[in-house]
Amino acid sequence: MAKTIIEKIWEQHIVFEEQGKPDLLYIDLHLLHEVTSPQAFEGLRLNGRKARRPDLCFATMDHNVPTRNRETITDPISRKQIKTLQDNCDEFGVPLAGINHPDQGIVHVIGPELGLTQPGKTIVCGDSHTSTHGAFGALAFGIGTSEVEHVLSTQTLWQSKPKTMEVRIDGKLGFGVSSKDVILAIISKFGIDMGTGHVMEYTGEAIRGLSMEERMTICNMSIEAGARAGLISPDETTVEYLRGRRHVPEGEAFEKEAARWLALATDEGAQYDASVTIHADEISPFVTWGTNPSMGSGIAERVPSAADYDKQSDKDALKQALAYMHLEEGTPLSSIDVQHVFIGSCTNARLGDLRAASEIIKGKSVHPSVTAIVVPGSETVKRAAEQEGLDRVFLEAGFEWRETGCSMCLAMNEDSVPAGERCASTSNRNFEGRQGAGSMTHLVSPVMAAAAAIEGHLTDVRNYMKEPVPSL
Amino acid sequence: MKPINKISSVLTPLERKNVDTDQIISKEFLKRIERTGFGKYLFYHWRFHADGTPVEDFVLNDPRFNGSEILVAQENFGCGSSREHAPWAILDYGFRVVIAPSYADIFYNNCVKNGILPIRLKDQEVNELIDKGQQQEFKLEINLEDQTVSAQDGTRYEFDIDPYWKEMLLKGWDEIALTFQYDAYIAAYEERARRA
Repeated sequence: MAKTIIEKIWEQHIVFEEQGKPDLLYIDLHLLHEVTSPQAFEGLRLNGRKARRPDLCFATMDHNVPTRNRETITDPISRKQIKTLQDNCDEFGVPLAGINHPDQGIVHVIGPELGLTQPGKTIVCGDSHTSTHGAFGALAFGIGTSEVEHVLSTQTLWQSKPKTMEVRIDGKLGFGVSSKDVILAIISKFGIDMGTGHVMEYTGEAIRGLSMEERMTICNMSIEAGARAGLISPDETTVEYLRGRRHVPEGEAFEKEAARWLALATDEGAQYDASVTIHADEISPFVTWGTNPSMGSGIAERVPSAADYDKQSDKDALKQALAYMHLEEGTPLSSIDVQHVFIGSCTNARLGDLRAASEIIKGKSVHPSVTAIVVPGSETVKRAAEQEGLDRVFLEAGFEWRETGCSMCLAMNEDSVPAGERCASTSNRNFEGRQGAGSMTHLVSPVMAAAAAIEGHLTDVRNYMKEPVPSL
Repeated sequence: MKPINKISSVLTPLERKNVDTDQIISKEFLKRIERTGFGKYLFYHWRFHADGTPVEDFVLNDPRFNGSEILVAQENFGCGSSREHAPWAILDYGFRVVIAPSYADIFYNNCVKNGILPIRLKDQEVNELIDKGQQQEFKLEINLEDQTVSAQDGTRYEFDIDPYWKEMLLKGWDEIALTFQYDAYIAAYEERARRA
């Protein structure tokens, strides 16, 4: 029988199943960070339990870490949380890329970079953006701290079988359209809870043409569509990305693994529980204007009006969002001023993102009323970017070039947007107060962020790009 | 985990949909390494102005709802971040039951694992409860065993819940201790994986 990749991975990981119960599912890779793990380790200690398979765990520090003056963490509570992870990893034997380690970075950037993330694996982390790893054809999802403790103790989770949903993107992406625009357009079209109870598989011509980094951006925001996970069937692009990475096998063993990975792809004719389609022609460079990721539109559009919605709860939600965002109905999106630009986060801080933004910013200057920062996704990304001279491009234009971490995506460290100010941000959430109490977030792609930095307001990046001449 | 079966209390109406976990517990309060003490930060930026004074028209600051154990909100409650600090804050504040038309998946799991009962009712039923709860102090009786919500005006609602979660909530199980009973299956799986 034809099967989806979701069903194949699920079946391969069932430890125990019984009618009327969730399945007991084996977990192949458990990623940990400093914010959602301390109470889990404490639970192990209180009950005299061990970590069952520390060799299948990998930890790093990302949420809290400063992006400058790394040596001195001034906030004593942040310092304690970071020290606690270090101590817990020592005590339970969990491998750790600590704050000064050359592999340190945002957990969802370093997993793929190190080759820990592989097709067919079940991957969990106490972080909702774990869906990122689905780009490799892994079943990857965020869990709470109680579940972190459960996985540490047993290397398993009780999970009810998810429903499956195909999200197909037909056609080729247009000029100036990034993968960030694709996922924002999908969430805007189908809603912030479109994926509840489902694992979504992204398919279609547009997806096949994307690099692994671009695919990660899309899968990363599956949780913003409410999905339990999002993934993409592996193909040659997946295999070539992984070849030579530290934690994948070498030589013949790699070829054998690669063949197994490719066989995981969804079978021709497999049935999904639900299916939605969007055409690439519908997608233009996107920005959000509201307080959740579904509240976005193409840059050429205006802030919507209550009259655009039928349901009273949608009209109320619009009103609440615009009150928080200090925006009026009908305002052209390209007229919205920004005071901050943030290029970073597990969504858009990989080398390809920085390259794309640097192309726009090269030889230009950051607008005098804008504070702009680049926070590379990992130490590895940072080193590679510096080798290419990208840091010089950003610095010369007036950007700050920082150390790695989650930074201004959630502003747990000192990188935050002040109350009443706006940020064009390449991160994933525009919830109230996300980047700082009273701050206002507009989600955009890296190139759109770069263009906003130059002009001091949201603007169409296509004006900064040369449209390719169609080949004959 | 504290078992839960019957809860009788005034409901607290929160007339908002897509309430995200960033609103339930803001990031500046995630740095504690304990599970307790988050209640005073629940909905912090909706409850308090920047200078720390209470926002008067926010429902949690209305004395009518003091001591309420039942929070009622609109669809897709608990979306966004996986932070379990959100249910910790809800529980520590004093709520044992949440009623909404739908929940984000991770938040739902996190509730159940902390002895909070997340009840799904129909859109229309939830809006009815919110209306009544706004008009007067409106009391509900929750019965998990029977899967019912009985309102003080005699209206009775039934809800569905996965039998596994129901049992866990009723008994207050330690799920990890339960899973240890399956150790032989886990070891066998690992052995198969090693040979593959």
